[in-house]
Amino acid sequence: MDVKFINPFLEGTVEVLTKMAFVNPKPGKPYLKKNNLAKGDVSGIIGITGTIRGSLALSFSTGSILKIVSNMLGEEITLINGDIRDAVGEITNMVSGAARKRIEAMGYSLSASIPTVVSGKEHSIMHVMGGPSVVIPFEMEGGSFVVDVCMGDPQ
Amino acid sequence: MDLKKIKILVVDDFATMRKVIRNLLKQSGFENVTEAEDGVVALNILKTTKVDFVISDWNMPNMTGIELLRSVRADAELSKTPFLMVTAESLKENVVEAVKAGVSDYIVKPFTHEVLGEKIDKIMKNVN
Repeated sequence: MDVKFINPFLEGTVEVLTKMAFVNPKPGKPYLKKNNLAKGDVSGIIGITGTIRGSLALSFSTGSILKIVSNMLGEEITLINGDIRDAVGEITNMVSGAARKRIEAMGYSLSASIPTVVSGKEHSIMHVMGGPSVVIPFEMEGGSFVVDVCMGDPQ
Repeated sequence: MDLKKIKILVVDDFATMRKVIRNLLKQSGFENVTEAEDGVVALNILKTTKVDFVISDWNMPNMTGIELLRSVRADAELSKTPFLMVTAESLKENVVEAVKAGVSDYIVKPFTHEVLGEKIDKIMKNVN
């Protein structure tokens, strides 16, 4: 995966969570992940097609997603429920849109599928291109989450 | 009329997203909010209740946001209703289609409550 595609996903994630959930996530150093294991307790995954194929997953720890969704909805949520899963789908959709806008500015044409959401300890994330994926870790008030992205070569 | 007291109809098939928009509206001082899960339900509400402002998602089952916009503009009673379209991405063809159909303005997700509030204020000033 070309490293120039990492920043659009990093910046897209920060943009969405800052604007919609009023949190201030701090990115750590990206690294390569070779297995399918999710890093968090609830994940949203979305396929990307067009001149580059791939997929994006956002995988949240319970603490981080409870904080994010409580802020987004303006009410305190204390467990992973339907609202959380719906919100993870929406966040994944929005991050995908914000990242695609940045990648399209580089001259590529992309579209996205409908996101799916998976929860539970040690669930797996299956990337469209198989892998390995690039993981961008984030720390924020309440916990950590990762952006897990695997993009193929431009066609 | 007090701008902050206007009745706003939020149309989105995702209950969570309706709550998110309601929360952003609240932060901008708009608390008179009602909801609909698609264009069909929204149109029924518009025909039976006085609504001052519509905020609608684009992609919805049964009746999409653009179909709802066209129905509103074609109805003599509702045609002047301010209509803000929410889109997940700023696709040029979507924007052109919405402008042709008479949208008041559009807003691309993600957005802050400040931007949402400014859009509503601007549209309502033009109406008045």
